[in-house]
Amino acid sequence: MRYIRPSSIEDAVGLLAEAAGKAAVLAGGSDLLVRMKGGFIEPELIIDIKAIDALRHITESEDGFVIGAAVPCAVVGENAALRRAWPGVVEGANLIGSKQVQGRCTIVGNLCNASPAADSVPALVAAGAKALIRGPAGSRTIAVEMVAVGPGRTSLAPGEIIEAILLDKRPPRSGDAYQRFTPRTEMDIAVVSAAVNLTLDDRGVVQSARVALGAAAPTVLVVEEAAEILTGSRVEDKTLDRLAAACSGACRPIDDKRGTVEFRRKVAGVLAKRVALAAYQRAGQK
Amino acid sequence: MNFDPSHSKRSFSSVGTRPIRPDGVDKVTGRARYGADFNMPGQLVGRILRSPHAHAIIRKIDTSRAAQLPGVKAVLTAADLPDLTNGDAAMYDILDNCMARKKVLYDGHAVAAVAAIDARTAKQALKLIEVEYELLPHVTDVDQAFAPDAPLINDTIFTTGVDPKPDRPSNVSMRSQFGHGDVDAGMARADFVVERTFKTEQTHQGYIEPHACVASVSSDGTADLWVCTQGHFVYRQHCAQLLGMDASKLRVTSSEIGGGFGGKTHVWAEPVALALSRKAGRPVKLVMTRDEVFRASGPTSATSIDVKIGALTDGTIIAADATLRYSCGPYAGAWAEVGAMTAFACYKLENVRTVGYEVLVNRPKTAAYRAPSAPMAAFAVESAIDELAKKVGMDPVDFRIRNAAQEGTKASYGPVYGPIGIGPTLEAVKNHPHMKAPLGKNQGRGMACGFWFNFGGQTCTDLNIGMDGTVSLAVGTVDVGGSRASLSLVAAEELGIDYSQVRTVIADTSSLGYNDMTDGSRGTFSSSMATISAARNAIKILRERAAQMWDIPVEDVTWENGHAVAKGETHGNLPKLSLKEIAAASGTTGGPIAGHSEIVADGAGVSFATHICDIEVDPETGATKVLRYTVVQDAGKAVHPTYVEGQYQGGAAQGIGWALNEEYIYGKDGRLQNAGFLDYRIPVCSDLPMIDTQILEIPNPNHPYGVRGVGETSIVPPLAAVANAVSNAVGVRMLHIPMSPPRILAALEA
Repeated sequence: MRYIRPSSIEDAVGLLAEAAGKAAVLAGGSDLLVRMKGGFIEPELIIDIKAIDALRHITESEDGFVIGAAVPCAVVGENAALRRAWPGVVEGANLIGSKQVQGRCTIVGNLCNASPAADSVPALVAAGAKALIRGPAGSRTIAVEMVAVGPGRTSLAPGEIIEAILLDKRPPRSGDAYQRFTPRTEMDIAVVSAAVNLTLDDRGVVQSARVALGAAAPTVLVVEEAAEILTGSRVEDKTLDRLAAACSGACRPIDDKRGTVEFRRKVAGVLAKRVALAAYQRAGQK
Repeated sequence: MNFDPSHSKRSFSSVGTRPIRPDGVDKVTGRARYGADFNMPGQLVGRILRSPHAHAIIRKIDTSRAAQLPGVKAVLTAADLPDLTNGDAAMYDILDNCMARKKVLYDGHAVAAVAAIDARTAKQALKLIEVEYELLPHVTDVDQAFAPDAPLINDTIFTTGVDPKPDRPSNVSMRSQFGHGDVDAGMARADFVVERTFKTEQTHQGYIEPHACVASVSSDGTADLWVCTQGHFVYRQHCAQLLGMDASKLRVTSSEIGGGFGGKTHVWAEPVALALSRKAGRPVKLVMTRDEVFRASGPTSATSIDVKIGALTDGTIIAADATLRYSCGPYAGAWAEVGAMTAFACYKLENVRTVGYEVLVNRPKTAAYRAPSAPMAAFAVESAIDELAKKVGMDPVDFRIRNAAQEGTKASYGPVYGPIGIGPTLEAVKNHPHMKAPLGKNQGRGMACGFWFNFGGQTCTDLNIGMDGTVSLAVGTVDVGGSRASLSLVAAEELGIDYSQVRTVIADTSSLGYNDMTDGSRGTFSSSMATISAARNAIKILRERAAQMWDIPVEDVTWENGHAVAKGETHGNLPKLSLKEIAAASGTTGGPIAGHSEIVADGAGVSFATHICDIEVDPETGATKVLRYTVVQDAGKAVHPTYVEGQYQGGAAQGIGWALNEEYIYGKDGRLQNAGFLDYRIPVCSDLPMIDTQILEIPNPNHPYGVRGVGETSIVPPLAAVANAVSNAVGVRMLHIPMSPPRILAALEA
């Protein structure tokens, strides 16, 4: 096994393309190293992207935020501007593993691991975040929900690397929130999770909304019916009950060691209600 | 035994204080050597190939390709471990468990092993071993395995303890029964009866350090084994017997231990490592992965328990009955038997009966886990008692106080109790501020009692006094819970010197007589008895030396506060001699000064605890949060109170994990699905509140200081205390442990 630490994204992409599927990209390593030690994968080449300066920063511009692929989630959590603009996204990133794990793990790594239970992904999907992809054929940008195509599988072509996550600038009176259900307080994986992102008009009525569920289907689920229920409402009890029913109904979960189908369905609805309220309150404060 | 072990009232100067732990600095700086920290020049890496099947006949194992791989120095199968057990069925089971002989009996069962120059080569070699299996039907659930039509795991198992002997083999290896009185007649008189069936899932001790050892066999037949264990003398005995060695030729050194809780009382990898080393002619290091620890060490039993208890209107329990089915893995066990003994041990009962069934399943061989078998029985009984108290209309604490066993009570498992602590722990709980604290919405409080026997056993210590007057204490009970600090305190107490003048070490098997392993909460109890005895023997010699130095009769020399004191009219004015002075002169007064002791530490005092738990349940998700937890337990005499409190807290923490989330989850294919700490959910720090403790001291009459074992009892009440708290919070009786959120939500919606 070889380990290479390129200093430019071009070199990284070149190495990855050359290795023809036998290489793995290393950022924090909190998924990759676990999978290697567990004997699930045996890559011939490890490409460590942490020495690529361009990938190590969060930048804020007129258009919004760019979060580099090698930015640890702990750094995401310490960015005050990002926390103010996208509290739900930050919430998700800061629920992965534990404090120690967050010092290593990255949002892009979490996304590319393509687990339906990834903590940082539902809030990104609800936020309408985009992934900036660099590959042998150049750059392209896709919606984050287009990255994972099934558990452990992504739509990335051979040689492609996600170099950053792009988050739009926020309109006023916007809020987002993410919650997951885990039996433990930390060091755990979401049994089911929900994220809501919404914007209010100046009368406090929901103008637009996006609702995403994690661990409820093979990939993060966008529940459009739930977004429609929220839109035009003031997130009253009745709306919340309809929202919960829509989310429970949209779930296509499995029975496994972490939870049952019935449990995931029920709790998806419960969490959707709770995050919708949290997002609504946050939006109202801005 | 040349000393009087009976309790005598006295005041203490060292015992009962809280000095810092002697192993602390090394543990926090990384200097301490655990099992995997031993290394030998030229050592090889050992790895074990494990069955992916729950139950299968091994048709053929072809190791030829692995053996030819460059860097592979030895390949091993059961054929390399001939059966030397000589009709000893228990030893044969250990041998078969270390390396499957004809059949694999669970997912994770060892089938072959390799020793290679590095981990990569060893791993590669395992892939080259071809095993041909013929799959057999399997059964992993205790109730399904108990059923008459269940797949048969071992056709040589005929249930013992039933008359007449069955004519067909089954998965039930033994039936046991305890009790007295007439349960049926008693139950007929009852005004209130509670009858329930409970279930608990299998849990693992969850020690952080995986099993690890280095084995080195010399071509002259002698061997060394460095290993993480709770009992190196027992490991020596088992390994020597399985490998056909003289015990004295095998020296076993125990490492620091990163948790055992009963799980490091059995050999798994050690005989294999020794056999690999013997075959390769080089040292072999074998470290289990976490996956292997879960799949192939010894978790505790899964259980299914029927309880029926009847009471009169005045709150007297008139009859108590339980049938307990415990899984014991694929070999015969005696786990339900222990559950049947402990189930009703807290109570004074006229009519009581318990029946235990040992049930074979296609899971790893059950091992001890902290007060083995008692927590599950206590969960069932204490849940039913709580429900019965409600039916009678009594407060659950008062109901238990009314029925609590006392000195002179005939225990449900036979013996008559001496002075015991169940009543005092209940009174302490009744008066504890925790019981009066207000509860909020969706919150519930539960309490429960627990019992454990405690053991004594064979024990040997050497106390050596150096020329400078400091003391080395060599003991043979592995320090799993702070016993080195406690034993140093005891030696200092007896000799009348300062704690800092004593260093206690765990001696290897060639340096000390045989010691039983550290189990049954015996470490501090039995080794302190042996230490007191050894110190008193040393004092005898110190007095003789002083007499010699003074040239007076030894009868006129007493030992007081670390000094020899001359008595009598003729020489009472002699200045006293300190231990240091006598030691400094020892070279000219007869040589080194030491005290030895070899004892069977009888009379371990039984132990009782009562716990209180407050919990909040999220009714929409079934999530639980333990808000407050209090442990009240009798320690007899707390030698090092901080360690005692640590044991109380540790047992409670493990019990809470067991009660709420920990469980082995098997798929329909008989494979373990959660062999890792991610999905086998022991609580993390943020899951638990600070656990309050209260130490009671009701002296054990059979120990000079009144000490009772304290390590295990604290895990007995939590399953029930947490279940009672959850049941009170949600208004539904919880019958199935762990009470994971999906299970609580399902119970709420049923």
